Amino acid sequence: MKHHLFWPLTVLALLLLFNLLYDPSFFSIKIRDGHLYGTLIDILNFGAPLMLVAIGMTLVIATKGIDLSVGSIVAITGAMACLTISKGADQNALGLVLTAVGLSLALSLALGLWNGFLVAGVGIQPIIATLILMVAGRGIAQLITSGQIITVTSDRYEYIGAGALFTLPFSIFIVAAVFAAASLLTRKTAIGMFIEAVGNKPVASRLAGIRSRSVVIAVYLFCGLCAGIAGLILSSNVSSADGNNAGLWYELDAILAVVIGGTSLNGGRFYLAGTVIGALIIQTLTTTIYMTGVPPEITLVVKAFVVLVVCLIQSESFRKTLTHRWKTRRYPAEKELTRHA
Amino acid sequence: MEERLPILQMKDIYKQFPGVKALSGVQFRLFPGEVHALMGENGAGKSTLIKVLTGVYAIDRGYVELEQKRIQIQSPQDAQAAGISTVYQEVNLCPNLSVAENIFIGREPRRLGRILWKELNRAAAKLLEERMNLSIDVSQPLHSYPIAIQQLVAIARALNISAKVLILDEPTSSLDRGEVRQLFDVMNKLKREGLAILFVTHFLDQVYEISDRITILRGGEFVGEYAASALPRIELVSKMIGKELELLEELPKLQAEAGDEGGEIVLEARSLGRKGAVEPFDLSIRKGEIVGLAGLLGSGRTETARLLFGADRADQGTLRIGDTGSVHTPRQAIDQGIAFCSEDRKGEGIIDDLTIRENIVLALQASQGWFRTISKKRQSEIAEQFIEALNINPPNPDQLIKNLSGGNQQKVLLARWLLTDPKLLILDEPTRGIDIGAKAEIQKLVMSLSEKGMSVLFISSELEEVLRVSDRIAVLRDRRKVKEMSGDEMSEQLVLKAIAGGGEG
Repeated sequence: MKHHLFWPLTVLALLLLFNLLYDPSFFSIKIRDGHLYGTLIDILNFGAPLMLVAIGMTLVIATKGIDLSVGSIVAITGAMACLTISKGADQNALGLVLTAVGLSLALSLALGLWNGFLVAGVGIQPIIATLILMVAGRGIAQLITSGQIITVTSDRYEYIGAGALFTLPFSIFIVAAVFAAASLLTRKTAIGMFIEAVGNKPVASRLAGIRSRSVVIAVYLFCGLCAGIAGLILSSNVSSADGNNAGLWYELDAILAVVIGGTSLNGGRFYLAGTVIGALIIQTLTTTIYMTGVPPEITLVVKAFVVLVVCLIQSESFRKTLTHRWKTRRYPAEKELTRHA
Repeated sequence: MEERLPILQMKDIYKQFPGVKALSGVQFRLFPGEVHALMGENGAGKSTLIKVLTGVYAIDRGYVELEQKRIQIQSPQDAQAAGISTVYQEVNLCPNLSVAENIFIGREPRRLGRILWKELNRAAAKLLEERMNLSIDVSQPLHSYPIAIQQLVAIARALNISAKVLILDEPTSSLDRGEVRQLFDVMNKLKREGLAILFVTHFLDQVYEISDRITILRGGEFVGEYAASALPRIELVSKMIGKELELLEELPKLQAEAGDEGGEIVLEARSLGRKGAVEPFDLSIRKGEIVGLAGLLGSGRTETARLLFGADRADQGTLRIGDTGSVHTPRQAIDQGIAFCSEDRKGEGIIDDLTIRENIVLALQASQGWFRTISKKRQSEIAEQFIEALNINPPNPDQLIKNLSGGNQQKVLLARWLLTDPKLLILDEPTRGIDIGAKAEIQKLVMSLSEKGMSVLFISSELEEVLRVSDRIAVLRDRRKVKEMSGDEMSEQLVLKAIAGGGEG
């Protein structure tokens, strides 16, 4: 059996190979003002929010759930942070920025808790429970921004999404930290095992004495937090909050990243590293499409097509059918041979 | 009665699945105007026979005659067209459609493609009234009625489609007494109208109440066909289980002595019961005692176990464990030192995606919580210990459990619970579907555990096994605890008698 990262890595490598052949400058990285610049760095930087959201989504999906509200949470937290900062006298004050970040993250936790409560407490199917916040969340975000795009001028806040540390975009370090925390929490404590057990066999898990309710609430809480951090990065990157468009369709890209990364929508085993690679594949794909000059009208179609192929390659049964077809195609010829012999 | 010709005849039916002879040489006849009970334990071939008759499976050998004409049933549609209708245990109608729609779905009265709703409702009401003695509002959704009514609606639908032979597969298993009465009234009425009914149930009382004739299967083979009035209960049971009473011999008992009477009481249930699952019963289990639960399939054994473990909530009575209070959830039961190995190993036991190691530590880790983590190293040590002690194959802690054989999965589940060091271990069919070697190992293990002071509630369909390991046996029949015996009273014959009940044969 191949390692679970084999196919995601192969796809990523193929995408990069395509770019190498198409335009070698894709790989050029320059140093300017002590910062690294280049397409690859951009992919990491712009892909950071998606990676974060997808990491949270992975755990939710592992419990056989789904969280459609992450895009709205992204918009709400961005709006909350920008609103708080825009009200300040000195928008660059450290205390103000910290307050804004703290408030937004607390809000994202509350929203995650709401989702978890609806799913585990009330017992609503996850897709419906989170659909509520997906729809209502856009409204909340616009309420916060009063329907306007709030622009802020705060270097400190901008640092989160556009700053650099050790020549690399700061957002990459945030992703690394969240990824490390999630991996440690799930692999070094028992939570990971509980998540997999609850997602794989809820009844058996209950009989084994697992408190599945708290496990489920915890994953939605974490997913909300991840979306909240992503919201901060996104809004800080452009120094503004757009309740309408920030984080639009993020839930779909995140679900896609999780699936490409090898975690099944049926719950159970999950692969955080696979998810991160899945998110990178999506981001690389998006960048590649823009760079190869595909007409904007059909970018989404091209993207959808590539995603379809990636998902099919991931599927073991599809690969089997393919190889089987290929093998059986030779049978008539073989029969022919034996008859002559 | 014998002069009449059977409406349905199945002759020398053979059906083989990979590795299993599901049916070999089975005969079955059904006369018009009779209720014919098909009896047999798990794996006897009842469901296979019904599936053959309804076209779900094709037969390997043998033939089926309907009204003296050979018929080929290749699909459920064929069966229906031939006049054979089935109503399954789980009502498989559409609960969110109305009663009338359910009855006529696919055959609605129409004009110019438009459904005539008034006509539909009128016809449905008339059908229920005339054939089922049931007058209900047929425009209401099906799910607004109790299961018993849904059952009758399902029968009405089956009769309306085609009505020579009606198969009722465990229709009474989720009905209460009054509802069973109602169903039987309908069955008697249909019987008088000349319908042939094939009836499958696990309730002996019901078999004798309603059936005219009984066919018994065992291990895929035909045991015999009897007139219900000429077959004493005890004989029925021994034929189903496969023990001729005359040939019974006392089995050598492996344990030295019966459980000591003075041991402290680990668990005590007083008039504990749950409507529709098991009627109120008393049961107490002492320290180090093995209590066997005997009874036929569906007699309430599993339901009893689930109540004691808190997997289902009791709606009456009290349950005391040790000195402390009651149990409402599995979590609480585990905290009180109870462990429960479900009979449904695949659905309620193993976690497919996890490894042997993770499956073993799961329950212990669950009771320790999220952060008092058992280190991976310690987990592997534990797993290796149990792999060696229970002889689990393959001996690799990191193998996924779904790749193991049934017997080895069972051992892993046993290990899961032994690791929690329970005061009381509830084993529901721990040896079902596993090979003889593993079976003996598990029995031996159970007895050595009790010697070390663990109490065990042992549930099994295999009487010999229950007799061999138990210090005391409680017998269940038709969801009621009917007898408790210990020491010298425990003989196969007495247990069989208690299982059969009624006229005492």
